[in-house]
Amino acid sequence: MSGSSDFPGSSLRTPRRRVAGLGAAHSGTHHFWLQRVTALANVPLTLAFLAVLICVAGESPERVLATIGHPVVAIILILAIVSITTHMRAGMQVVIEDYVHGEGAKVLSLVANTFFCAAMGCAGVFAILKISFGG
Amino acid sequence: MSDMQGAARRPLSPHLQIYRPMLTMMMSIVHRITGVALYFGTFLLIVWLVAAASSDAAFATVNAVYGSWIGLIALFGFSWALLHHMLGGIRHFIWDMGHGFGPQARELMAKLTIGGSVALTVLLWIAIYAVKG
Repeated sequence: MSGSSDFPGSSLRTPRRRVAGLGAAHSGTHHFWLQRVTALANVPLTLAFLAVLICVAGESPERVLATIGHPVVAIILILAIVSITTHMRAGMQVVIEDYVHGEGAKVLSLVANTFFCAAMGCAGVFAILKISFGG
Repeated sequence: MSDMQGAARRPLSPHLQIYRPMLTMMMSIVHRITGVALYFGTFLLIVWLVAAASSDAAFATVNAVYGSWIGLIALFGFSWALLHHMLGGIRHFIWDMGHGFGPQARELMAKLTIGGSVALTVLLWIAIYAVKG
């Protein structure tokens, strides 16, 4: 970013840091890329999830559980939940960083965001596994 | 922000209240709002799955709540937010590829996102009631 050719010697970053390309937060484009990859995955996975919900609408509880527990359906739903909760965490992180300015409140919010998304993901995956394995 | 004590009273960069509301700007805001709504809406989905995995009684209770008129309104809004955010995301993919930045293209994509999300939501619920009925 800081064009050393325009202002020679004006950057405090060492050449090694510039080459590493990780920026001030030391994470480079990781967050951006994670957000885009999960967004891409979410499109087919969410559409499949909606298709499953259309199929089970109005069915008896036994039929609903049998459908969710079918290996193909269960695998798609688990992938969807993992991708969605990862995407949720990345998205809410940006919202928090934009609006929560106090350092303490920001860190607490970011940690709460991680906990919430991890809890949602774990609960969803566990529920589907339990239904699928017939516990 | 503007009542900072001690610090030099530097001019703030123009913010929301300065600009005339534009469609693309409203779409950006709605994309974020639907994202936050979906964040909490996912809780409803996880509750449904955990109830299904827990017991017949728990599943019946959650199904009754979600099947009530207030539950259905919430689910209808949830589904619209989901489809709107999804189409908005596809719009962002098009931009990521370096296309659609022109005045006509971005206005068209904004309108397609609104129209598409409403149309798909209605289609989704027609499909649900068609299967149910």
